[in-house]
Amino acid sequence: MSIKINRYKCGYCGACVGVCPKGALELVETWVEIDEITCIACGVCDRICPVGAIEVIK
Amino acid sequence: MKGSYDVLVIGAGPAGSIAAKTAAEKGLDVLLIEKRQEIGDPVRCAEGVSKQYLKKHVEIDKKWICADLKGSRIYAPDGTKIEMAEEIAGGEVGYVLERKIFDRALAEKAAKAGAEVRVKTRATGLIIEDDFVKGARLVHLGKESDVRARIVIGADGVESKVGRWAGIDTSLKPVDIETCAQYMVAGVDINQEYCEFYIGNDIAPGGYIWIFPKGEGKANIGIGILGSKMGKFKPRPVDYLNTFLEKKFPNARIVEMIFGGVPVSGSIPKTSTNGLMLIGDAARQSDPVTGGGILNAMDAGKLAGEAAFAAISAGDVSLGKLEEVYEKQWRATTGHAIDLSLIVKNCFVDLSDEDLNSLAHSLKDVKFERMRLLDLLHALFKANKKLLWDLRVLFKDVAKEVVKNKL
Repeated sequence: MSIKINRYKCGYCGACVGVCPKGALELVETWVEIDEITCIACGVCDRICPVGAIEVIK
Repeated sequence: MKGSYDVLVIGAGPAGSIAAKTAAEKGLDVLLIEKRQEIGDPVRCAEGVSKQYLKKHVEIDKKWICADLKGSRIYAPDGTKIEMAEEIAGGEVGYVLERKIFDRALAEKAAKAGAEVRVKTRATGLIIEDDFVKGARLVHLGKESDVRARIVIGADGVESKVGRWAGIDTSLKPVDIETCAQYMVAGVDINQEYCEFYIGNDIAPGGYIWIFPKGEGKANIGIGILGSKMGKFKPRPVDYLNTFLEKKFPNARIVEMIFGGVPVSGSIPKTSTNGLMLIGDAARQSDPVTGGGILNAMDAGKLAGEAAFAAISAGDVSLGKLEEVYEKQWRATTGHAIDLSLIVKNCFVDLSDEDLNSLAHSLKDVKFERMRLLDLLHALFKANKKLLWDLRVLFKDVAKEVVKNKL
């Protein structure tokens, strides 16, 4: 299980951070950081990303 | 930066800056921090506000106004146009702002009132002692420091972490968020006096496309889609927006591209705890139908600034006190309004294009400048009886207010 954010595609809007049920994501200035330990790879961030910059592999 | 303040405000958007300004004007020692190095940038907003409400908070400065709107036009899926004058267009039309200038002007007002402002300064956690929030851990240029405060105000936007750190679950479900993409375009012939909205399940499922004029030849053209209507293998907001642009404005030049998430959850159960208040998008206070959040955020900021003063003066920053001076206040006003909007949203997001068209047909000849509630009810009744039934709670509420005003 892993989550990848394509930072060349990401618009750093923070929508994924808002929907993360575990608080595993954080928007730092112009990039999103992932806490791999807290992330449960539920895929909700991938689902709502307006550009499709997130890939969750279960 | 000192080691302790009366109030620490996290996030310098409209909510945070108004909260900091209000608290500082009351004589409190305030620190306002912003994680970005530039306040107001990148913008994550269509930038429309109602004139009347904006004037409640600040004196209008022409420097941050891009367009002065007369009204709005809504287009049904079959192209039927409904035109509304600004007084009744949901309070969201009026001015189109330049948020980059506007947000910074508000932060400057906070600074002028005496608040200390720090940019490129991020909170990474809260200081919690004896179940009370007592400050936050901050990072500036890689250097960490603890800042203590009698009250912390979380104004950290849709991506808010402050509430979560204090045990308030602010996570949004897909049905509670509109995910958005917007282009600022140039070189297009766009009416600068009207904003336009396009609805329909093929255009923007569970949301809408907007066109907000931004001055000569320019406009914000954007889209919001309800998260629950999205999926890994479905088109993204940016895809829908490209389709719309190619069809409507093939010659438009994209000079700016932004993305965003807008909370459309209605009021959440908890927005304060011992020593902490949440305001603006962090408290999910944006309107579930329009997605507008600037004015609700400013209202909450003002309330929270006053509440901080009341609580600190009383020597009681407990949840009980903050519920009385902040939470109860915002729920009675903004909270009530966004909960009614949520009912409307829940009805509209599941309407078929046919339903939307028939609704538009019956509304298109209604003179909206002089519309009375009865005209609207009549039009709705002709168009869609089920919708009228679903929205009955709203009318009950309106009826109550009519009765109250008469008494």
